[in-house]
Amino acid sequence: MKLAVVGCGAVGRAVCELAGSYGHRVTAIADSTSAAVDEGGLDVETVLDRKAERGTVGSGDREHALAGEYDVLVEATPTTLGDAEPGFFHAERALARDAHVVLANKGPVAERYGDLRAAERDSAGTVLFEATVGGAIPILSTIADLGPEDVTAVRGILNGTANFVLSRMSAEGLDYEHVLAEAQDLGVAETDPTFDVEGTDAALKCVILANVLGDGDVTLDDAQVEGITRLTPSALDLASEDGRTVRLVGEVTDGEDPTVRVGPRLVPEHGTLAVTGTQNIVQLETRHAGQLNLSGRGAGGRATASAVLADVGRLP
Amino acid sequence: MSDASESRSAYTVRLELVDEPGELLRALAPIADNGGNLLSIFHERGSLTPRGHIPVEVDLEATPERFETIVSALREAGVNVIRAGAERYGEELSVVLVGDLVETDLSDTLSRVEQANAAVADVALSAPAGTDEPSSARLRLATETGQRERALDTVRELADEKDLHLVEPLAGGDR
Repeated sequence: MKLAVVGCGAVGRAVCELAGSYGHRVTAIADSTSAAVDEGGLDVETVLDRKAERGTVGSGDREHALAGEYDVLVEATPTTLGDAEPGFFHAERALARDAHVVLANKGPVAERYGDLRAAERDSAGTVLFEATVGGAIPILSTIADLGPEDVTAVRGILNGTANFVLSRMSAEGLDYEHVLAEAQDLGVAETDPTFDVEGTDAALKCVILANVLGDGDVTLDDAQVEGITRLTPSALDLASEDGRTVRLVGEVTDGEDPTVRVGPRLVPEHGTLAVTGTQNIVQLETRHAGQLNLSGRGAGGRATASAVLADVGRLP
Repeated sequence: MSDASESRSAYTVRLELVDEPGELLRALAPIADNGGNLLSIFHERGSLTPRGHIPVEVDLEATPERFETIVSALREAGVNVIRAGAERYGEELSVVLVGDLVETDLSDTLSRVEQANAAVADVALSAPAGTDEPSSARLRLATETGQRERALDTVRELADEKDLHLVEPLAGGDR
């Protein structure tokens, strides 16, 4: 397959680097200001070296990449809320010319799921987005295999940063600010960690799950979201005395009108959900298969890129 | 003719009374008024509950239907029923609250939880001295079977009203 990769952050770069080993060619790479296009296949290393040295991937612009030749558009630009632009526009452009779209960007699937599916219906292309929920963990493909109608509820730990902070606070008795600073030093938390610690990132993933399980009209506005910024070591101690610990849990319940809630929850200290560090876990409640637990790396360039490339492999 | 549902059983009802004249009589009236047969009253006048109330244990005999009516009538009369027959409380849940628990009147928080048909089975408070850290409380609540969500809703409303941060249990209990 010929891939056009739009977005050149950790995930976009890793997709480019790994594409060859999955038997694909990268025919276009675009970042926010430039693009490199070659129908015969780009030399990824050269393009990424240029990006590292000069800050641009080539002399073209993004439009050049969108108009170039490709079978699959990989959308890996940063997640935006509301109209989910420019990610949505990129996906729409690719579908309009009957190309497939694989998203690592959560915006279009969380905020404009209905619009995206409508564009897909009018296209010969297919939209897949495994990488948007739980990074490397095959959650959406597992739900597709089980049949979304047979999955009655999903709950999980879907943000590695928040989980790192909570598990460190709990294990070391340190306060929130201290552990957050440590996480920033380690590169586990961003300089502006708002999206992670306020629960927004986990909520977007839950909204995507709710869309997949339900009618597809859920957005972030429908989710009840609480973060972890007000938690204290003494609150974690009280939980621990009771054999529990606190994790930022996202819960999606099934039904005509799926509900999405994200917030700190008491979970059994040695239970399945009490994963530590940046680990993610998802529990699926199913009609016929009981409870399934899927855990693994929820973030990271290569881990997430593996989910993108697994989607490329699933395309018709 | 005997009907199984007409058979009387013995129940224990644990009440909390404000220390004021006439309170005990007021609490007992709904029992007699609704066909309950008083067996014994244990009035622990010397001891106080954490909320400063007087615990009273009442043993009575009634049919299951009448017993339900009695408990409802007690609650309607504003009598704080903490426990009514062991089998009534089929579910337990724990929550942790973080914030200014003292300033926001913890005893008011607890008594309002109890008004929502939940018994506060246990309270653990942590208020680290000498730090700016807010205090935390862990509440273990016992609710009637099927009333878990209702009790939780009350706690959510209270937390919202008093600007307390609520750490809830997982929906449907521990996983």
